[in-house]
This record gives sequence, C-alpha cells and structure tokens, in this order.
Amino acid sequence: MMPEISLNILDVAQNSVKAGAKLTRLECLIDTKADTLTVIIDDDGCGMTKEQVEAVTDPFFTTRTTRKVGLGVPFFKMAAESTGGSFDIVSEKGKGTTVTCVFILSSIDRMPLGDMVSTVHMLVTQSGDMDLVYRYKVDDAEFTLDTREFKEILGADVSFNEPEVSQYIRDYLKENTDEVNAGQEF
Amino acid sequence: MKSLEELKAIREKMQGSVALRNEDSDQTRVVVGMATCGIASGARPVLNTLAEAVAEKKLDKVAVTQTGCIGLCQYEPIVEVYEPGKEKVTYVKMTPDKALEVVNRHLNGGQPIKEYTLNSTTL
Repeated sequence: MMPEISLNILDVAQNSVKAGAKLTRLECLIDTKADTLTVIIDDDGCGMTKEQVEAVTDPFFTTRTTRKVGLGVPFFKMAAESTGGSFDIVSEKGKGTTVTCVFILSSIDRMPLGDMVSTVHMLVTQSGDMDLVYRYKVDDAEFTLDTREFKEILGADVSFNEPEVSQYIRDYLKENTDEVNAGQEF
Repeated sequence: MKSLEELKAIREKMQGSVALRNEDSDQTRVVVGMATCGIASGARPVLNTLAEAVAEKKLDKVAVTQTGCIGLCQYEPIVEVYEPGKEKVTYVKMTPDKALEVVNRHLNGGQPIKEYTLNSTTL
C-alpha cells in the first residue's frame, strides 16, 4: 500500500512515460461541496488492447518481465474504491489511455493527498521529452503548470535539471499550490 | 502567483554557461529505482535528496536519474552508482539521511559506504 495518494499518482503517471506519451495531462480536482477528490491521468501514449485493459487491474498482470506482479494500478483502484469512490480506465491501442479516480473526500478511509509538489516536480524533471500539463483545482481556485510554456522560455539547450530551473519549478508548484489551498489541507 | 517572468530572468542569467555541461564519458550516473516497490518504500524523498544535494555541491559530473523495478523489491529503496571504469555500487534500503551520506562520502569523497551496500547484507 502507498501511504499517500500523491505516491499512487507518481506511480501510475510513470506508466504514461513508459507508454511513450508526448503529452500527459494530470488533473487533481477537489470539490468540497460534492465531497470528491478526482484524479485524471490522460496520455497520448501507445495505449492498450481491450484484453490488456481488462487485465490491468489484476495484480497478477504486468507487462514487465522482472517479476509476475503489477501493483501500481490495483493499488490506485483499491485506494479510491475503499473510500466509496470509483476507478475507471479507458484506453485505445495507438491513441492513449485515460485513468480517472474519484475519492470521497470525507471518507475515513481516504489517505491524505500528500506531497503533490514533489510528485509533479519529479514528473516534470525526470520524464525526458514528455510534456506535462498539470492542473490543480480546489473549488473555484486553480492553477496550471504547462511544461511546453517552460520549454518555450528556456529553449532547447537548458534542461529542467539545471539547479536554478529545478528550484524554480519546485517554488512555482509550492507557491501556487499553497495559494489554491488557501490554508486548507487535503 | 509565481510568474513565468522569473523563469525568463533565470534563462537570461544562464545564457552561455550551459553548453559546457554535456554528457561526458567520465560522468557518474546515480540511478534510483522508482517502480511501485521503490515508491512504496520511500524512493521519492531519496531521489529528491540526492538531486538536491548533488546540485548544491555543484557535482557537475554526476547525473541523478530514475529507473523501473530493479528486481530486488525487498531491498528497496535501491540506489545504484555507476562510475566510469569502476564496478557498480548498489546501495539498499536507502533513506534521505543515508542518501546525503552517499553524496558526501562517495560521490564527493570518492569512498563507497560499504555498510549500506547490497554486498554487506546477508541474502
């Protein structure tokens, strides 16, 4: 089990990197009135066949060859469903995959959202050429990070791993997340 | 809200100083296992600590990257250090504190920390 939702997200979003996605959209949408926390991971990677989609929530299915279990998606699904929420995966071979997870915010079984800043920072700085659009929303407040905007400013020769740039990305995420949260903790 | 203007300023400041840091053959690679097993046992703060400490110490010849499952899930978080011309060093059951020590004593100081390696565990 993962102790935080943000770790599930990091794990499952890396499937998009491995799927060779050019652009991945990650949304974390909190609606306190509807009492939901919705996570959407949407990529334009290699997608899956119908059989693979059916098997992906089975812990004993994996495309990896190092061992015979694959727990990333089953953990994510279990974390959402144990709150009374839902899990959905839609995929088409050659087109991409969309994972949607809904958590019931007030459920005692909902694990904390955790450190989304670190998760997104890691996805941005360690995903090679994949672009990421991250949207974080709490009720009416929201912000978006778009790596394509960063790349346009930095040009081709400056990596996100340059210390000053990496620190800027962390600060950008932290300050904007704090502002959207407006003192609330999830 | 933090603006993109600040990023432009950083870009301008860095003009010209970047090209030097391309992949050399004498570069050390530090690889952290970041599959489900690694993440669940705490690889994210380990990778963060390594990346930050390497940047802080300005170790230009060290690149910190991630990989998938290394196949030794019970020893996660695992950090592998590949130095050119030397045998690979595999650190197991890492924590942010141990990671900091690895940066100071191994990556900066040149001395692998034997007691944290896979070789020193009883299999």
